[in-house]
Amino acid sequence: MPSGRLRALAILLIVFFACGFVILRTRFVSDLSAFMPRSPTERQRLLLEQFRDGVIARLVMIGIEGGDAAERARLSRELAARLRSDRQLFVGVQNGDAATAQRDRDYFFQNRYLLAPDISPEHFTAEGLHAALLESLDALSGDAGLLFKGIFPRDPTGETLKVLERFEGHSQPRTVEGVWASPDGELALLLVQTRAAGSDIEAQSRIVSHIRQVFVRIEDRKPDTRLLMSGTGVLSVASRSAIEGEIARLAMASLVLVSCLLLAVYRSPVLFLLGMLPVVLGALVGIAAVSLGFGRVHSLTLGFGTTLIGEAVDYSIYFFIQCLGGASSERFWPTIALGVLTSIAGYSVLLFSGFPSLAQLGLYSISGLVAAALAARYLLPELMPRRTRVRDLRRTGAVLERLFNQAAGLRWAALAIVLAAGAVILAHSGRIWNRQLNALSPVTQEDQRTDARLRSGLGVSDMRYVAAFAANDEQSALQKAEQAGNVLQDLVDRGVIGDYTSPAFVLPSLARQRSRQAALPDPATARGRLHQALEGLPIRADRLGGFLSDLQATRNGGVLTRADLDGTSAEMLVDSLLVRREHDFLVLLPLRSAAAGSAAGQIDIDQVGSALDQARLADVRVVDILEETTNLFDNYLREALILVAIGCVVIGGLLLACLRSTVRTLRVVAPLACSVACVTSALLLCGVQLTILHLIGLLLVVAIGSNYALFFDIDRGIEDRSQVQVSLVVANLTAVSSFGLLGFSRIPLLSAIGTTVGLGTFLALVFSVMLTRPSGYGGLARPSLE
Amino acid sequence: MGLTIAVALAVAMASDWQLADLMHTLSQNQPQQATFVEKRYLSVLNQPLESSGELTFIPPNRLEKRTLKPKPESLIVDGDVLIVEQSNRRHLRVNLRERPDISAFVESIRATLAGDQPALEKVYSIELSGTADKWRLSLVPRRQEMVRIVSRIQIAGSQGDLATIEFDFADGDRSEMVVAKARSR
Repeated sequence: MPSGRLRALAILLIVFFACGFVILRTRFVSDLSAFMPRSPTERQRLLLEQFRDGVIARLVMIGIEGGDAAERARLSRELAARLRSDRQLFVGVQNGDAATAQRDRDYFFQNRYLLAPDISPEHFTAEGLHAALLESLDALSGDAGLLFKGIFPRDPTGETLKVLERFEGHSQPRTVEGVWASPDGELALLLVQTRAAGSDIEAQSRIVSHIRQVFVRIEDRKPDTRLLMSGTGVLSVASRSAIEGEIARLAMASLVLVSCLLLAVYRSPVLFLLGMLPVVLGALVGIAAVSLGFGRVHSLTLGFGTTLIGEAVDYSIYFFIQCLGGASSERFWPTIALGVLTSIAGYSVLLFSGFPSLAQLGLYSISGLVAAALAARYLLPELMPRRTRVRDLRRTGAVLERLFNQAAGLRWAALAIVLAAGAVILAHSGRIWNRQLNALSPVTQEDQRTDARLRSGLGVSDMRYVAAFAANDEQSALQKAEQAGNVLQDLVDRGVIGDYTSPAFVLPSLARQRSRQAALPDPATARGRLHQALEGLPIRADRLGGFLSDLQATRNGGVLTRADLDGTSAEMLVDSLLVRREHDFLVLLPLRSAAAGSAAGQIDIDQVGSALDQARLADVRVVDILEETTNLFDNYLREALILVAIGCVVIGGLLLACLRSTVRTLRVVAPLACSVACVTSALLLCGVQLTILHLIGLLLVVAIGSNYALFFDIDRGIEDRSQVQVSLVVANLTAVSSFGLLGFSRIPLLSAIGTTVGLGTFLALVFSVMLTRPSGYGGLARPSLE
Repeated sequence: MGLTIAVALAVAMASDWQLADLMHTLSQNQPQQATFVEKRYLSVLNQPLESSGELTFIPPNRLEKRTLKPKPESLIVDGDVLIVEQSNRRHLRVNLRERPDISAFVESIRATLAGDQPALEKVYSIELSGTADKWRLSLVPRRQEMVRIVSRIQIAGSQGDLATIEFDFADGDRSEMVVAKARSR
């Protein structure tokens, strides 16, 4: 074996094992941290906490359809009972069943003097009692009085209703056959809260399949009944498996397609396998580099990064067809080097992005491309069997030559199209970019419809506004929630906000409970004051014995702890709003809007924030989750646009420096600019608003397309350029077919990149032929890269 | 046995006025408005609670009860939906199909006003006494859980108009509503 080949093999093995070593120790993550800025603000951190620990992310909404109402109700009860028994996985399961509702009523009734908002010493003076009794008499004469009269003798001041009113603040789902159902009655509904965070996709994935299994195993289940599920975790699991499945399927399809293409061109399995070497090596080096640079690799990076193959495979195509076809390697490698440099210049700006996924993609692409190019340059020539000849492609070359010459004649038509494209872009100015958060969402339309159906049926709001803070322990958390509650209640009374929810509604702090106990009068005082309070009222004192004894029972009894809530639906409220974390407690106080009309659903969070500030509760932060998230992505997009613009300037400067000619630089840049303009306008004309993924796609078009333009540029003066042209067309076919396949994906994330790059690279070749390639054979001066 | 039937037949033929006839008369009712005074006799109170206001019935299934004293409050039943609006409080919205207990209360008045015998018989066993000019319906809930709340409802009237509605609650409490027709609309 020649020493050169031995050395190449040794280098290959070393790189291979080194990368393998790093990759095996790499942490691959797929949580939302990919979307979090690298240096988040306070509010952004809170946002992430919301997604990671907050209640929204932990809810699984379940619907049962098919069968009849009775069967759905039975399945709902069976499913709820089985899920409830699994305390490891689930914090709570609600389906509106009578038993839970009864436990709720018992809890609120029995503990009314510890829970009710008005319990104070003044409330139990003769005057206070008198006023409360008068109010109760009004309630008794009203229409709801018939429901109230049963508990009146023991609760003559109406505390239970006040507690219930706060707890049931939001609308409850309707009930059919004794369990929750959708408004049309066609679905039985359940609400499950998982112990695992919504961002823990592995855990969520296990939970989703667990629920399905439990449902399937319910005895005598009618076969036409079906389970619907949604929620943040469920959707994350669904989109991850959809993306994985789609990537696997499309990658396989494009691998087959590209393989067939290359085998047809090379007619040599050896060349084909060697041609894949730079790709594999590039991918491995890329992953290893990201792992070393960032400490973890996000699955999103891998998803984007597969697109790198599109460029790396080109190097071996160029090498095999051009060099083996007889092109001089002195002129070949410098051109490739310039192409690689251009791509690096484009990708390097991404390194400065605050969006970790983009930064990772930048590093991945740069290191991968360098590795692939070096492998093509130094390893391929050594590893190649001697005397390899690529098949004679001269006939194809001649056909291409004629085609290209004809295309050159259409130059003016092409320019007209580009001008039209420019006009389209100008006409769309201001609405080119999609700033909607869900533009990036991989969730299918059907899943979105199911989600909306379950969500509206269950009355689970999107929880847009939240006041949140952290506290060291449960008691200080609850106390602070009560302090903040005082401020928020004041804002409710003033109409600034419509309503708020607090864990302290159902589980007051021990201090508050003790102060309420202390507010209850002793037996003799209570009897005396009640006697006074009843003066002039038509209430029979002898029937209120239960009231007096209940007062004393609470006064001398224990206080409520979290364990007392077990089995009630209040349990879920507390666990979701008072989140136990590793080192502290996160408290969430959801706010609802009071506004109607144009400002419906909106809250002036600055006003809420300053009210909290004034009450010395500055560390209770108020967040508009929708706006914060939208801003975050908007910032990423803005930043990416600036970075890409800088990248374009850097590429232009680089070309100018290497080609040492303004005219040549313009000739190389022109087809790239034209294809970017045409792709953009085509997308806009199809009604697509561009996202950050389209932007990355356009960057890729520039990176891949620059190679075409450079080869055509350097091509001037070469007598037999047919091999070069063949290699460019083959490279272009692989790119267009593999990205084109991605374009057919149902997942917006993948189809965005696919359509942009598939169309863009094709146009880049066409425009390069028209604008960069010299028409006809010429005896022009021979430019080169000295 | 034969004798009983014969007697019953004789009585029926003699009076020639039955539940179906009352229901038919009622079902001819046009939209109407009335005032009401309701007295509730609760065992925990030593004098009745009195409230008053207006009743509006729009056939076949909209019933409005607007209480003016002692506190303004409105109760509107339309189809399957019941909405209670209290001053300074939230709305209470109930789907009657989900609350058979509340539905039973509502149907006793609404189905009577509409002359809807099947709806009434679904919930109550009905006894009619008196004449077309002075009739009295006695409704006893069929379902056990309803009997635990209300033991009997008595509605008296003349021709197509209601005069009194009395609820006898299972715990001994009682409610009595006197209705006075205001005008036809």
